[in-house]
Amino acid sequence: MDKLLTINNLNVDFTLRSTTLRAVNNVSLSVNKSERLGIVGESGAGKSVLGFSIINLISKPGRIASGTVMLQGEEISSYTYEQMRQIRGNRISMIFQDPMMTLNPVLTIGEQMRETINAHASMSAADVDAICLEKLRKVYIPSPEKRLDQYPHEFSGGMRQRIIIAISLLTNPSLIIADEPTTALDVTIQAEIMDLLLELCETEHMGLILITHDLAVVSQVTQRIAVMYAGSIVEQGATEQLITNPQHPYTKGLLGALPQRASRDGRLNQIPGVMPGLAKIPEGCSFRNRCSLAADICLTQPVLEEKTSGSQVACHMVK
Amino acid sequence: MDPLVLVSIRNLVKRFDITGGWLDQFRFSGGKISKERTVVRAVNGVSIDVAQGETVSVVGESGCGKSTLARTVMGLYPAEEGEVYYKNTRIDNLSEAQRQPFRARMQMVFQDPYASLNPRMTLGEILREPIRFHQPKLDKGAVAEKVALVMEQVGIDPDWHTRYPHELSGGQRQRISIARALTVEPEFIVADEPIAALDVSIQAQILNLMMDLQEQNNLTYLFISHDLSVVEHISKRVAVMYLGSMCELAQAEELFQRPRHPYTQALLSAIPKLGKAASHEKLTGDVPSPINLPPGCVFHTRCRHANDRCRLEIPQLLTVEGGTQVACHGVEEGRL
Ligand SMILES: Nc1ncnc2c1ncn2[C@@H]1O[C@H](COP(=O)(O)OP(=O)(O)OP(=O)(O)O)[C@@H](O)[C@H]1O
Ligand SMILES: Nc1ncnc2c1ncn2[C@@H]1O[C@H](COP(=O)(O)OP(=O)(O)OP(=O)(O)O)[C@@H](O)[C@H]1O
Ligand code: SF4
Ligand SMILES: [Mg+2]
Ligand SMILES: [Mg+2]
Repeated sequence: MDKLLTINNLNVDFTLRSTTLRAVNNVSLSVNKSERLGIVGESGAGKSVLGFSIINLISKPGRIASGTVMLQGEEISSYTYEQMRQIRGNRISMIFQDPMMTLNPVLTIGEQMRETINAHASMSAADVDAICLEKLRKVYIPSPEKRLDQYPHEFSGGMRQRIIIAISLLTNPSLIIADEPTTALDVTIQAEIMDLLLELCETEHMGLILITHDLAVVSQVTQRIAVMYAGSIVEQGATEQLITNPQHPYTKGLLGALPQRASRDGRLNQIPGVMPGLAKIPEGCSFRNRCSLAADICLTQPVLEEKTSGSQVACHMVK
Repeated sequence: MDPLVLVSIRNLVKRFDITGGWLDQFRFSGGKISKERTVVRAVNGVSIDVAQGETVSVVGESGCGKSTLARTVMGLYPAEEGEVYYKNTRIDNLSEAQRQPFRARMQMVFQDPYASLNPRMTLGEILREPIRFHQPKLDKGAVAEKVALVMEQVGIDPDWHTRYPHELSGGQRQRISIARALTVEPEFIVADEPIAALDVSIQAQILNLMMDLQEQNNLTYLFISHDLSVVEHISKRVAVMYLGSMCELAQAEELFQRPRHPYTQALLSAIPKLGKAASHEKLTGDVPSPINLPPGCVFHTRCRHANDRCRLEIPQLLTVEGGTQVACHGVEEGRL
């Protein structure tokens, strides 16, 4: 199949005064053309750092220590800042949790959209406006002609996120990285935005990396899921397979902790303990101090490999 | 009043005047000066009876008035209209001093365990403070014993009493917030999004803890959350709010199986379900502002069943089969 993005053995470090912390640990991933991949995991697992590393936006004290990122066969991880700028917002777009992080509050929506197009192409003003209107229609903003001259604060949270999506479509990217795009929104609005992303990925043939902590949301939108824990991918597989037949004890724990999976007497299944901070990740398997299956062999680091279920799992105890 | 009712909320109304400085209230139009205040109508006549030992949850979109309702019930905001009863005593109109005994029986747990614990106090100090305040006569040994007991109850090693909040994880801090509420032996706890800031694997720990404590201490909860699958799991009854009004109040099972109000139906269908393709009912239009409430049913601007009556007349709560209370003309007229 056509590979859109391939990440090989990526390591991202934060160098602090006294120590170096590894936030992304030996991650390998790929996204096929028009494929939707979900990255799930709890807070601090390294999802955002991974997302930013793909477009080389990790800033000090963080840096990519080793590994490569390939976009359609080009090794973009070795690109200069200038080369990378042409990739970002052009072939890869990124959507964040807070739309106001991307939108400039003192510019109208139209000004911001035109600016984005003009940074990547030269066109007549009329053509630029036509594209802006077309994209706003795609994200179902009613009467976009009137909306172009309005400021971000004149829109609701859900509409702002739609506008961000419209902006990210302007350059016809082949990949969108969406980092918790609906976490700040209400369920009814969240459902609309997710529908929209899904629809656009299909009609525009875009790949999607959806970063979220919400298993239910990824399970509805993506075809494949990677589960991150303490900087590493512990399980990766086809969405249905992973949801219905999780293999890694952590994935099992996460799914089992959902209220729908509570036991008869009403108790929820909890994973004991908490995910350790980067400075305290145990040696060997990073999950072993919370894992009920942990044995001596877990003192050595398990590799992510294909198991009998068909998913890739990093666990010594899974066959 | 029904002897089993612990807290009774009657037609509670809470408005916020956000006019600003005194000059901001003047408007000049049509050659005349008029006065106009800007008022947020956060809670508009909500009534809920919470029975002893049950969990009633309040759900609804951001800004619909859940936290305002909780804070008004707790007496943190004065109500404009309506009453709050604790057992048989009306408490919303009490003076600070008269209210004192009720403050111990009613406690609140907040969403953000980071903001609600004083970073300069040790866990021991945090937990001793409310005990000293409500039971000033208790001797040192008894206070220490009580602190150790509540720490144990929430699953934190009592030896940690010398630690500071920043040394704890989010889940552990939320345990301490719950422990602090327990120190004064409350009967009623209002929990405003107590797990929203926590990770899934930790949410289960805190929910289990809350359910255990409810059983052991016979606690009554008013639980506020936007996570509907959690609400379905832990509540006996659920109140759905929209723009400051209650549109439906029902037994949890009934509500999730047979939602009656068009808004409840849309809300439930939007919950993402594990592994199932989305098939939610689309709502159109934005939520109106609580500063300019629409006339008639507050939901009519987004409701696909709205008719002329809905646009003019405010629907009243009506009890339908299954004991569900629902405020909808469509349901009343039998067309829904
Ligand atoms: N500038 C920094 N300096 C030091 N450590 C950092 C820095 N930025 C991130 N980290 C660490 O990297 C780890 C991964 O962080 P990241 O933001 O990727 O988590 P996440 O999975 O996106 O979490 P969330 O769900 O909360 O967004 C965390 O432990 C975080 O503390
Ligand atoms: N102290 C205040 N002053 C002015 N307006 C307020 C105040 N507190 C709340 N409001 C307004 O009252 C309405 C209800 O707010 P409230 O915080 O109760 O909503 P909520 O349902 O708890 O929302 P969320 O889910 O976001 O916590 C909102 O429009 C809010 O802006
Ligand atoms: S009263 Fe009318 S507008 Fe309101 S929810 Fe019922 S049908 Fe819809
Ligand atoms: Mg993140
Ligand atoms: Mg609130």
